[in-house]
Amino acid sequence: MSGVALTATGLFKRFGALVVLNNVDFQVSPGEAIGIVGPNGAGKTTLLNVLSGAYPPSGGQVFLAGHDVTALGAAERCRLGIARSHQVPRPFAGMTVFENLHVAAAVGGGLAGQAAYDACVDSLELCGMTRVANRRAETLGLLDRKRLEMARALATGPKILLLDEIGGGLTDAEAAVLVNIIQTISRRDVAVVWIEHIVHILLQVVTRLVCMDAGRILAQGEPREVMADPSVIDAYLGPGAVAHV
Amino acid sequence: MNFLNQVLQGAMLGGFYALVACGLSFLFGVMRIINLAHGSLAILGAFLLLGMLNATNWPNTMGDYGYLAPFVCLAIVLPVMAAIGWALQFLVLDRSLRAGPLIPVLSTFGVAVILDNGMFETYGANSNSLGPFIGDLSFGSWNLTDTIYIGQLDALIFGTAVVVLGGLQLMLTYTKLGRTIRATADAPDVVGLIGVNQKLVFSAAAAIAVMLTGLAGVFDGMRTSFAPYDGGTLLIFAFETVVIGGIGSLWGTLVGGVVLGVAQNIGAEINPAGFQIAGHLTFLVILIFRTFGFKIPLPRLPFRKAAA
Repeated sequence: MSGVALTATGLFKRFGALVVLNNVDFQVSPGEAIGIVGPNGAGKTTLLNVLSGAYPPSGGQVFLAGHDVTALGAAERCRLGIARSHQVPRPFAGMTVFENLHVAAAVGGGLAGQAAYDACVDSLELCGMTRVANRRAETLGLLDRKRLEMARALATGPKILLLDEIGGGLTDAEAAVLVNIIQTISRRDVAVVWIEHIVHILLQVVTRLVCMDAGRILAQGEPREVMADPSVIDAYLGPGAVAHV
Repeated sequence: MNFLNQVLQGAMLGGFYALVACGLSFLFGVMRIINLAHGSLAILGAFLLLGMLNATNWPNTMGDYGYLAPFVCLAIVLPVMAAIGWALQFLVLDRSLRAGPLIPVLSTFGVAVILDNGMFETYGANSNSLGPFIGDLSFGSWNLTDTIYIGQLDALIFGTAVVVLGGLQLMLTYTKLGRTIRATADAPDVVGLIGVNQKLVFSAAAAIAVMLTGLAGVFDGMRTSFAPYDGGTLLIFAFETVVIGGIGSLWGTLVGGVVLGVAQNIGAEINPAGFQIAGHLTFLVILIFRTFGFKIPLPRLPFRKAAA
């Protein structure tokens, strides 16, 4: 499976008078792992929502493998290969972990029979969830819920995986488990876009870092260079902090 | 022995109530919509079948098998009812759901008013029945003893209710559509992320629910008479059945129907006017018990590993 590029040009998103995305250009190449950081309200989650199709942008376009997908909703984009995990895990209650994945594989991945089963087993193993495969999803703890969120997205057979603060609320040891899984996914030629506040776990995975503030991209490039960028430090710590660093 | 027979008849009646209630229960379970047009849609199903029987004249042209004509027509009426359910979702429910959970109650009430008066305009106020079209089936019975009997139509309806409820459960547990419906019912705002078109799933659910409602209406027309404004009574019985049986529990719906039917028949045995009041009182008592936390253990949907 060769990867596919996701490109967005000139994205705007306004909620009334509030401009949340202000002329954002964004590109993910096949197999790339991109981290997105930025202070609260920078527009990171909104960017992910516009890329995944949760809602349309107020302006600009989104392309998947060269095709304009701006007008498509989240369900259609998912079937084309864009999967996304939510910040707050939302397992389907009343269904087992396996069934949660099976819906994703059958509908999002368009698989049936043995192929769907195999996709579920593969996602379960990759995310280390085989031991809880037959547990009811609502009985899982936080780490397992996060893993389920990722396994379910993976079961749709994505070419691009969008992760929204998947590490939030986890201990360092738990986060390390996630990092491991995401590294494996990334090696499979799946492009990863990952929003995360916990920068040090992000830096273990990503090849490129994007810093957003006030709806714009402040800086992007090699992760450690971006973190050292004076404008990035300004955005996080306030103007004037640079002098003390 | 007569008392025992009344209990048996009540239980059989419960099968009918379960059939009437399952569309209401299913729609609420999936979309969290209380469909006040439920009873009117059932009556519409009966009228559609009656209209088709009159238009095709099959009861007469099919000769010795004329009594099967209603069931042949049923095979056409059910898809029509499903289409009506689909349209109802696209034109009414989907739009009302966007305005909050209470608006569908109002809009389906509106649909009920339109349906009731539309049927009154079209078919008049006379009572109709599908009973004359099904031959011996409408009164045939098996006598177990001198005083205990089982009506053939009652048995058919009870059997249909069991098959429908069992079929719904199997569909929800083992099919792709079933699992998608359960996922959508739990998290309608999230399923888009895994490629599910939530509106399509809701439409399929509404189509199934209204189709089953039409089936119940047809059986109502076969076992008794029906008129344009009879939907309200059916709605109340369906509602009581769902509440007694436990919301969202399919087998509970059957239990609820049987409890309601038996209560009504025992009431009628005590006093000829006690049929309805006994049913309502039972409903009220169970509602109070449920409200104050006395859980009545009823079988719930089994959730097993997905069959691959």
